[in-house]
Amino acid sequence: MAGEVPNLEASKLTALVVDDNFVNQSVHHKLLDRLGIKNDVVSNGQEAVDVHCSGRNYDLILMDMDMPIMNGIQATRRLREMGIESKIAGVTTRAEEEEVKEFMEAGLNDFQEKPLTISKLVSILHNLEFYVQT
Amino acid sequence: MQRQVALIKQSLFDQGYLDEQFMELEELQDDVNPNFVEEVATLYFKDSARLINSIDQALERGSFDFNRLDNYMHQFKGSSTSIGASKVKTECTMFREYCRMGNAEGCLRTFQQVKKEHATLRKKLEHYFQLARQAGPKETARRSK
Repeated sequence: MAGEVPNLEASKLTALVVDDNFVNQSVHHKLLDRLGIKNDVVSNGQEAVDVHCSGRNYDLILMDMDMPIMNGIQATRRLREMGIESKIAGVTTRAEEEEVKEFMEAGLNDFQEKPLTISKLVSILHNLEFYVQT
Repeated sequence: MQRQVALIKQSLFDQGYLDEQFMELEELQDDVNPNFVEEVATLYFKDSARLINSIDQALERGSFDFNRLDNYMHQFKGSSTSIGASKVKTECTMFREYCRMGNAEGCLRTFQQVKKEHATLRKKLEHYFQLARQAGPKETARRSK
């Protein structure tokens, strides 16, 4: 991993990790922690919708595509229908053009292929204007 | 002792068991979570054992639901990718190819390879982490928060 790792604690950004895989949940949670971003973790799209229905809101949502009960495409669409304006970044191993296109059209602001790393996460934050790389 | 730990780790990379994603995880270790990589590895082996069991049962039934098998393996591959388990990931990819082709024999054969690589990695990482713990915090905690 090259370069300095930015500390965004002062920006008080919040994030939601949406992924059904326990390993990914742990890694993505820790990656955000390392950048100073407080974050919660849910296991599927339905839980992501439910947590927003309960009144929680996040600056950034890291959305996996393949999940049981409600997948990432369905959840992204639903959140946008609900008027959720948080930045949503799709994070998935699926990188076929058609699949990415469908995911983006559901309402994503950005997309990264797994595995997620610090530099990919910084890239997401930069693309979504949460962080200016110098 | 620390040199021995470093050499063992290097050999895991040199022999292709691990890739750069493992190093990414090591970079996340700090004083608060000095054993983060071992914790994630433990989670991985627990989760992957469950998936192996599910696939074993599905294959034993004899009826090849390739979609279902592919879904299981998609999860397995995802976890393996996230931890940097390079050889396991490669075998998972092969299995998925055979699923796509509807090739039952290929699936059976490849699944044995998946299990073999998984078992080998588990043994090697357990040995590595045991030595790393004995070597002390220098090798496990990478940075102060």
